[in-house]
Amino acid sequence: MKPNIWRRFYYWLDERIQFEDLIRFAAKKYVPVHSHSLWYYFGGVTLFLFIIQVVTGILLLLYYKGNEDLAFESIRYIMTEVEFGWLIRSIHSWSANLMILAAFIHMFSVFFTKAYRKPREITWLTGMVMLFLALGFGFSGYLLPWNELAFFATKVGTDIVGVIPLIGKPIQIFLRGGEDVTGATLSRFFGFHVAILPGIFTIFLFIHLLLVQRQGMSLPMEIVPEKAMKTMPFFPNFLLRDLLLWLIVLNILAILAVLYPWELGVKADPFAPAPAGIKPEWYFMFMFQTLKYIPAHIWIFDGEVVGVLLFIIAGVLWTLIPFWDKKTARGEKNLLINYLGLFCILYIILLTILGYLS
Amino acid sequence: MNQSRRSFLKYILGGSLIAFIGAVLYPVIAFLKPPKSKSVEISSIKVCKVNDLPNDSGLIFKFGNKPGILVRTPKGDFRAFDATCTHLDCTVQYKKDMGVIWCACHNGKYDLNGRNISGPPPRPLIPFKVIVQGDEIFVSKQL
Ligand code: HEM
Ligand code: FES
Repeated sequence: MKPNIWRRFYYWLDERIQFEDLIRFAAKKYVPVHSHSLWYYFGGVTLFLFIIQVVTGILLLLYYKGNEDLAFESIRYIMTEVEFGWLIRSIHSWSANLMILAAFIHMFSVFFTKAYRKPREITWLTGMVMLFLALGFGFSGYLLPWNELAFFATKVGTDIVGVIPLIGKPIQIFLRGGEDVTGATLSRFFGFHVAILPGIFTIFLFIHLLLVQRQGMSLPMEIVPEKAMKTMPFFPNFLLRDLLLWLIVLNILAILAVLYPWELGVKADPFAPAPAGIKPEWYFMFMFQTLKYIPAHIWIFDGEVVGVLLFIIAGVLWTLIPFWDKKTARGEKNLLINYLGLFCILYIILLTILGYLS
Repeated sequence: MNQSRRSFLKYILGGSLIAFIGAVLYPVIAFLKPPKSKSVEISSIKVCKVNDLPNDSGLIFKFGNKPGILVRTPKGDFRAFDATCTHLDCTVQYKKDMGVIWCACHNGKYDLNGRNISGPPPRPLIPFKVIVQGDEIFVSKQL
């Protein structure tokens, strides 16, 4: 029998690449099987949705024009003239939202299982940076269609940044590319969105994944490692389950994108009054709504300044948790952390709902 | 002797490294800062004809590169303001049914003298001067 051509190709490659090492690296990791194993999947879902963003984003780039006069029209062109353009745009928009949702779920699951504790502090830090970058993707992408809602939401959002003492104003001008939200802002956001953020994100993603692969999955503290702990190899068992879930996510995404196509709205006009119903994307809603409840003046400070500073401090403390949660680091149970996390989740959900009701 | 030579070299090398990084980063950071826009400094502009604006209505106009609002009160007086809401930068509009200048973003309200009367706006709108010459309305900055 003639040696199979694929076999020969495989050997040819193997001689040069030495697959064995790679496979050993991939198979080294074992995923523990226990009652909380479900949460191990959300990182992978986030990764999958990011890949979708990159692919659909690059497709959109072929027609999108990041310019004040053309942006809105180019997206209308994508949606009406380009074959399946409406679908690609709708998927990019829906997947953006699902990706941020998945990232939040992933982050909270890591939080509650205390997987940030030694030796995974850097994994947690890189993860938090990626979560903030994802919010940056969302904020910058939201402006790209240059419609009324996005225009005023960006004005409000960047104005809030400006209230931070000392550094607020320079950051605001940096973000806006000038004093006001104009075409210059659109050009900048476009550059952030399609080049700067993806570049930085990819670096952190690489470190994050490398660490996960090297350190393996952590065990939740409640689960006492027994000698005969049930595990499954990451490669191929867990990966195949991952792929199955990705397929399900892709289907959900397709259903959402087809049944609820993303809208385009009305083109932004800097010389028209702000329309009613200006609101940020849902993942900024809880912060936005909080600012509404803070009185205009607290003691000698502007209410907004206090609110924004509180959120910044909370974000920093949250990001640094592996370094101040000493109890968990010593391997003791720290219920305070659980209550804190629960409080944050309930707060976010409650204020988001209030934001949509008002 | 040897020790101090070593630390001398360390400072020289460290210093050059920092200077080198600075020389690379400075232009990049300076590039990120948008140039001061040569803003069209205008002090006065013709908005419209008196008959274009009926009593009890409002109009947004371009004042340089910012929006302004011209309001004609129910009695027929003209008032003009910078249309930028003092809260978070949205553009206000005249709301006929409430008789106020209204900001849709967070439901801020100003009376027809531009005073913030309800909602989050912390300050009054910046007023402009209105001059009616014949049948034409001019708006200018207040000095
Ligand atoms: C390399 C990666 C990416 C590229 C090249 C890219 C490219 C683009 C382009 C060209 C647009 C304008 C077209 C449009 O608005 O429909 C856009 C919009 C948008 N992008 Fe991305 N994108 C990328 C990643 C992401 C990620 C990771 C997120 C979110 C986490 C995201 C969120 C958004 C959002 C919310 C919009 C606005 C959608 C709309 O209303 O049309 N993008 N992106
Ligand atoms: S921007 Fe006008 S009320 Fe907030």
